[in-house]
Amino acid sequence: MGPETLAQVLRPLRELFPAEQHPDLLVGLAVSDDAAVYKLDDETAVIQTLDFFTPVVDDPYDYGAVAAANAMSDVYAMGGEVILALNICGFPPDLPPGVISEILRGGAEKVAEAGGVLAGGHTVDDEEPKYGLSVMGMVHPERIWTKAAAQPGDVLVLTKPLGVGLITTVLKADMAASAHIDGAVESMKKLNRQAARILGQVEVRAVTDVTGFALLGHGYEMAEKSGVRLRFHLGQIPFLEGAREYADMWLFPGGTCDNERAYQHGVTFAPGIEEEMEQLLYTPETSGGLLAAVPREQLDALLERFEAASHPCWVIGEVMEGEGVEVII
Amino acid sequence: MNMTQTVDARGLPCPQPVIQTRKAMEEGGEVLSIVDSETSQRNVTRMAEKSGATVEAEQLEDGIYLRITLGERPEAQAVPTVGAAPEDEPLVLVVPSEMMGRGEHDELGRVLIRAFFHTLREVEPLPDVVVFLNSGVKWVVEGSPAVEDLRALIEEGVEILTCGTCLGYYDLKENVAVGTVSNMYTIAETMLGAGRVVHL
Repeated sequence: MGPETLAQVLRPLRELFPAEQHPDLLVGLAVSDDAAVYKLDDETAVIQTLDFFTPVVDDPYDYGAVAAANAMSDVYAMGGEVILALNICGFPPDLPPGVISEILRGGAEKVAEAGGVLAGGHTVDDEEPKYGLSVMGMVHPERIWTKAAAQPGDVLVLTKPLGVGLITTVLKADMAASAHIDGAVESMKKLNRQAARILGQVEVRAVTDVTGFALLGHGYEMAEKSGVRLRFHLGQIPFLEGAREYADMWLFPGGTCDNERAYQHGVTFAPGIEEEMEQLLYTPETSGGLLAAVPREQLDALLERFEAASHPCWVIGEVMEGEGVEVII
Repeated sequence: MNMTQTVDARGLPCPQPVIQTRKAMEEGGEVLSIVDSETSQRNVTRMAEKSGATVEAEQLEDGIYLRITLGERPEAQAVPTVGAAPEDEPLVLVVPSEMMGRGEHDELGRVLIRAFFHTLREVEPLPDVVVFLNSGVKWVVEGSPAVEDLRALIEEGVEILTCGTCLGYYDLKENVAVGTVSNMYTIAETMLGAGRVVHL
């Protein structure tokens, strides 16, 4: 579902649960962020999120691991840790049990890696396989990261390269090079946990994870909710190997166009930026990295910590006064 | 070569219309691709144009008909056209330095290259593409004395590609005054797909 339709169907639900009647719901429909956050007491808030999708890669184990990493990512984008996860499964009746157990093993091992526990789940018959997790996380109520607190002068960092959405689209069409697929799978399987921990060691203002609405959509939401303008430098944005190549071949999925339609009113590109690069930045990502706004004076310390942990982190832009998103060369 | 292949891509999700049209184009001849959304129309059109084809669109009641003719534009290269003569293939001029030739004084090299760009407008044949690499990128940014001559070349149909990495290296990304900022994939494809490459 595109972002516009989604906003439309969610509006009545928001009216059913007015924010003033639910003061302990710190993050919910009214402010829509990466996940819901509910305050239990002054020390504890629970983060609740879920995500599931049809296979994005051929190998069942990898599919399970990617789906789990993607589902748990929202907990990290809110600044929390994963506590508990439940499987959400839809499988065709004739899918061999061996395949199903590999999918579940991929997901379960990811939850274990995240330090959480997998405690059950629910399965229905479905024509096409679907897998994902319902995840509960925890965070201190005063240490929640939202998209709404970026300030002019902040620097924007990204912790994974872009391009998995395009590469997996090309993979489904049997046209992707195996080296490009491997790169995309590794990137999607990687938890955002370590990146979130490192970000948590400095003062971070706003964080989100880059998924279905692409860098420009999620960037636009951060800009809108924070009341600022984001500026990305195209030349500094990292792309997975193969992504530019497939962009040059115009192999974009339908979601690219949905995102463009939803966000183009708030996005400007500098002259000289090729149209396919614009499209690439509108292309949905799966299990993407964290996009964070960090005070400029914290940047050196942050980059040192990422380097010490051998974890990549790219400085891709800055926060300015104004609204919307701009991309310069 | 008058055979027309029809690709009915109506109802297919992206990127299938692009893929099927591309496959048909690879076999040569004219391709008629029928799509049912503006998105598919744009993606198929841009892919075909990038491959050097020309596209005529016609909106009919039951779909958008895209008539794709291969290789009529000089930069035709991504989709090989059968029996294309070498003189139809693009002439690519590569400018890998801010100087022309090497001598005792860099200044002379800069004067020469400036004169070269100025003269280029008057000579035949014009290059189809001019690629600026390494310190050559200094000629396409604000303040470069060659900007006007390069703009005139673009008006004559010359394509100007500038290496984005090189601009970044010299911290000139925000100062581009003329041409298209490109990436190594496009530049490599342009050079390798050229009929003739002239290095300055």
